[in-house]
Amino acid sequence: MATRDPVLPPPSLALEAQDVWAGYNGHPALEGVTFNIETGCLGGLVGPNGSGKSTLLRVILGLHRPWRGEIRLFGSTERPRRRLGYTPQSEQVDWSFPVTVLDVVLMGRYGRLGLVRRPTAADREIAMGALESVRLTDLAARRIGELSGGQQRRALVARALAQEADLLLLDEPLAGLDATSQHDLLALFEGLRQKGKTLIVATHDLSCVAADFDHAILLNRRVVAFGRPKEVFTEELLNATFERHLLLVRLEDRTYVGHG
Amino acid sequence: MAEAIDLVRDPWSLEFMRRALLAAMVVSAVSAVIGSFVILKGMAFIGDALPHASFGGVAVAFVLDANLYLGGAIAAVLTAILIGFVSRRGLIKYDTAIGILFVGAFAAGILIISRQNNYTPDLFSFVFGNVLGVSWNDVWTTAALSAVILLLVLLFYKEILFVAYDPSMAAASGLPVAAIQYGLLALVGVTTVIGLQTVGIVLVVALLVTPAATAQLLTRRLPPMMAVGALVGVLSSLAGLYIAYYADVAASAAIVLTATGFFALAFLFAPERGLLWQRRFVPAERA
Repeated sequence: MATRDPVLPPPSLALEAQDVWAGYNGHPALEGVTFNIETGCLGGLVGPNGSGKSTLLRVILGLHRPWRGEIRLFGSTERPRRRLGYTPQSEQVDWSFPVTVLDVVLMGRYGRLGLVRRPTAADREIAMGALESVRLTDLAARRIGELSGGQQRRALVARALAQEADLLLLDEPLAGLDATSQHDLLALFEGLRQKGKTLIVATHDLSCVAADFDHAILLNRRVVAFGRPKEVFTEELLNATFERHLLLVRLEDRTYVGHG
Repeated sequence: MAEAIDLVRDPWSLEFMRRALLAAMVVSAVSAVIGSFVILKGMAFIGDALPHASFGGVAVAFVLDANLYLGGAIAAVLTAILIGFVSRRGLIKYDTAIGILFVGAFAAGILIISRQNNYTPDLFSFVFGNVLGVSWNDVWTTAALSAVILLLVLLFYKEILFVAYDPSMAAASGLPVAAIQYGLLALVGVTTVIGLQTVGIVLVVALLVTPAATAQLLTRRLPPMMAVGALVGVLSSLAGLYIAYYADVAASAAIVLTATGFFALAFLFAPERGLLWQRRFVPAERA
């Protein structure tokens, strides 16, 4: 938990979204999205399919131009590309491509290298270090497609680490993983947070966010609520976020969630 | 023994056979390298489209009495860029864009040619290729263009790999993704035009797809896949020309069918991924 001594100055902000509107072919996907994420936080971006989670991540990355509004990263409107790491949704990755795990992680270094220049021994060392921190060192020479689902997600995180990014945007890293792999990945996120990284994780897995995250952003084209998971995971707000996609059952003082 | 050696050497005593071998080997090698990206990106259809589209340019050049290859190359690169442009707009799908544009350009070629009375075999050879008829000039042009293509792939390997593998991440890293995608399409375009004179419009797609697909079954990383693909292409050229010489059949068809044979062998016998390998070892693992 991000409990802080009240005497300390307010923490710096890794991300500020101010009234962001964006969409495709005239159809809005984001409507006036406003929220902040403090540096060193683990933020969960929660919403149903089609709620604009991926669009928001793409806007933050600078891959999708918003209609209006502003994104500030580390206090600046410039995109600090090297400090921005990204892992796409698993379905968007071509797992059959003939590349090894190390090849993929080395791609994290490409943005720094500039055109034509090849990765050096130092780049390889950083990539191997990133693989070590996600515990995939032994599988570095494997084809990426031969890894299990959980290992593949960790490889993508390693790529963002090899980039030496400070703000990591992860699109549905937990989707489709078994409980053990989810647990491994969440432990990895926590470790990264302790090292001062800021993580924004798009997910529709509420229980993970409730248990481990500092902040939750409930998104359904607009920000339904933003705050600590405990505060925003109320029946009313979750119903407003997921509309009819969720089934909420109250038992004593806990809310149980199933996909409707 | 001496007779066997004669059988091996005999075809190459003819200058046109030596030229054909050189041209075919160069074309099939560079096609396998570019073809690796074509099949990995699911662009086999574009490998089919660009040669047809280039026919439009060949026809225009023919009417204007200009260099036919230059005409074909311009048409292929232009079509490649148009396909990229139309599909990037996102209004219609990539393969639909390809379908519309290549048929259009091909039809334009036929339209122009149909107005000409002197429909010569020279033009006909673009459709079916005429590897035995290449001049030294053709061979050197082919070699020079192939060298340029290979050099560009070597220089921008890192960028092409990144954009082919993960365009979103590549864009987020600040790479000029659109430029690299158009560049790759243009390289496919130029490669197909180089292939035109050896195997022709109909069969050039086979050189782009078959050796690379064979190599994909035998390798685990992209650089070896390109190398093995090039080797399959070179061996197919060599074997195909022997077959053409001794069986007196069309050379370009023999080259392509040899490559198809290599693919069939890899499909059946490739370690781990081949059909027979799976039959033999999968049940044993279960037991």
